[in-house]
Amino acid sequence: MSAGGKSLLDKKSLLDKVWDAHTVRELPGGDTQLFIGLHLIHEVTSPQAFAMLKEAGLPVRFPSRTFATVDHIIPTQSQQRPLRDALAEQMLVALERNCAEHDIRLFDPASGQQGIVHVIGPELGLTQPGTTIACGDSHTSTHGAFGAVAFGIGTSQVRDVLATQCLALPRPKVRRIDVTGKLPAGVYAKDVILAIIRQLGVHGGVGYAYEYAGPVIEAMTLEERLTVCNMSIEGGARCGYVNPDEATIAYLAGRPFAPQGAEFERAAAAWRATASDAGAAYADRVEIDGRRLAPSVTWGINPGQNIGVDERLPKPGLDASGQRASLEEAYAFMGLVPGEPIAGTRIDVAFIGSCTNGRISDLREAARVARKGRVAPNVRALVVPGSQAVARQAVAEGLDEVFRAAGFEWREAGCSMCLAMNPDKLVGREVCASSSNRNFKGRQGSPTGRTLLMSPAMVAAAALRGQVSDVRELL
Amino acid sequence: MASPPLREVRGTACVLRGDDIDTDRIIPARFLRCVVFDGLGEHAFEDDRLQAKGDHPLDDERFAGASILVVGRNFGCGSSREHAPQALMRRGFRAFVGASFAEIFAGNCVALGLPCLTLAPADLAQLMDSVSLDPKQTLVLDLEARRVEYRGGRLAAGLPDGARRQLLEGTWNATAVLLEAGERIEQTAARLAYGSSWV
Repeated sequence: MSAGGKSLLDKKSLLDKVWDAHTVRELPGGDTQLFIGLHLIHEVTSPQAFAMLKEAGLPVRFPSRTFATVDHIIPTQSQQRPLRDALAEQMLVALERNCAEHDIRLFDPASGQQGIVHVIGPELGLTQPGTTIACGDSHTSTHGAFGAVAFGIGTSQVRDVLATQCLALPRPKVRRIDVTGKLPAGVYAKDVILAIIRQLGVHGGVGYAYEYAGPVIEAMTLEERLTVCNMSIEGGARCGYVNPDEATIAYLAGRPFAPQGAEFERAAAAWRATASDAGAAYADRVEIDGRRLAPSVTWGINPGQNIGVDERLPKPGLDASGQRASLEEAYAFMGLVPGEPIAGTRIDVAFIGSCTNGRISDLREAARVARKGRVAPNVRALVVPGSQAVARQAVAEGLDEVFRAAGFEWREAGCSMCLAMNPDKLVGREVCASSSNRNFKGRQGSPTGRTLLMSPAMVAAAALRGQVSDVRELL
Repeated sequence: MASPPLREVRGTACVLRGDDIDTDRIIPARFLRCVVFDGLGEHAFEDDRLQAKGDHPLDDERFAGASILVVGRNFGCGSSREHAPQALMRRGFRAFVGASFAEIFAGNCVALGLPCLTLAPADLAQLMDSVSLDPKQTLVLDLEARRVEYRGGRLAAGLPDGARRQLLEGTWNATAVLLEAGERIEQTAARLAYGSSWV
């Protein structure tokens, strides 16, 4: 049996092609020693790794394959040095010192190219199809949007990559997720990934890489694919990817770190060839009908606990999935009432930004809504561009003025209120409509603060109305 | 950099019920503003413990001195922060037994020599109940046989092959093993068709 000269056995998924190409050797016990093409680091998970390296007396093996930025701890109001927070300043100084000592390129605020590590990788053209990418950050799955095999690692593994440019890892299985049809107006990439996690669960992807495919994914821009791949980890999949296509290649053309000229054409041919072969075998397949998706909102304490904005909150008593205890814990924390609609839930804070939704297309969609009114009284609303480049583009388009005129604060690039390692935090039991990726207890900096995840346009709608609202009424 | 082989973990256990407990709960982000892992132990589960007002398993005197943490499904999901297993290790935990573990968390644990064993749901429920009733009993986690021994008998446990081997051989600090590949690392890099534009 053959098609296009390939037997069924020769047909491979992108994951298998990239994995095989980067295999240095198989280790006893079955793990692979995998070469890491691109290593990204930031200030939070790298200092201890450099200390371990020093203790072992080892150099950085491939300094030109590691790139650094500062994002988690950077304040978004003033990035003036020294940073007002002495601990943050100490972390930034440690990163600067480690990069200088080991000849690692650092994109700091002075470079004009600083930003959230998962925003700058793609915009600089560092993130390329067919590569392996590791970073001490779970949202490294983001880079899979370009057809890279990209995943988060811990600090000891950052040490391993610095010392050897390799990791010891088991090969994941691949689950193909086809999103069919076409998305209705007002339904975004964020809603697609929330729907996937709702269906497959926050643990459903453990042991898998997710391959996102089908007409809805193929029709997405690269920025939208980044949003989908970003939250793979929230579904338990350490890595998620989209096969590279002409949109991927067009995005990369002319980027600072992409190949140039004749070399670009050679690279593009190689990129096309890394896509999964038609007929490749998958460990599992799932299909989701894009036409049935609605703007989604999380109501609980993990990203799988989400519903369409036009739905009512689930009743734990009716739960047949064995998750009753989890649902009850979520209700106790969130203070919401089973059976009530999620629309109309009052909010105190609106946050637009993060590696999930802090890119220029996210800001454009939010600005479309922001133009329709003013931020409700008693709502504190922040817009935080994902990178300095995103900020410049937004300013060039006048989006900063649109947001300011509507009553949003316009900030400097960083992770901001996604994760509470900088001054942007919730206070007390505040409820935040957030375009970020995690609604875990305490995630946004107040141990009792509550997070409702949604698309940037939905956050803007909630900001204007002071409550969770269906953005489709405002578009 | 090899460590002494780890064939078994023996000790009392603490039962922490609940699924999908994320690493933000294990160690809240404000404690990640540091350049060393020292001192994280006292902040493990800090916000959960404050809200439980003393009623958290980590504050339960009956579980004092426990070296094994028994957990639910998808433990350690979310952020890749190694600060999470570092905090639990510095609090005295040497191994975890649960229904399942998030992948990055489990990988971080192996890198620190902390085994994560999985049990079938019914077995886990029995173990949790038994330890809750008799927290002074000693558990034996046999990594070679992939087995958990407790007062009620022996339970077959899961432990991935790669992790098991690293623990049994004392090679969980992977750097030395990876360095053994020598020039094959450079040969792999040379064979790759990309990177020339920035390497």
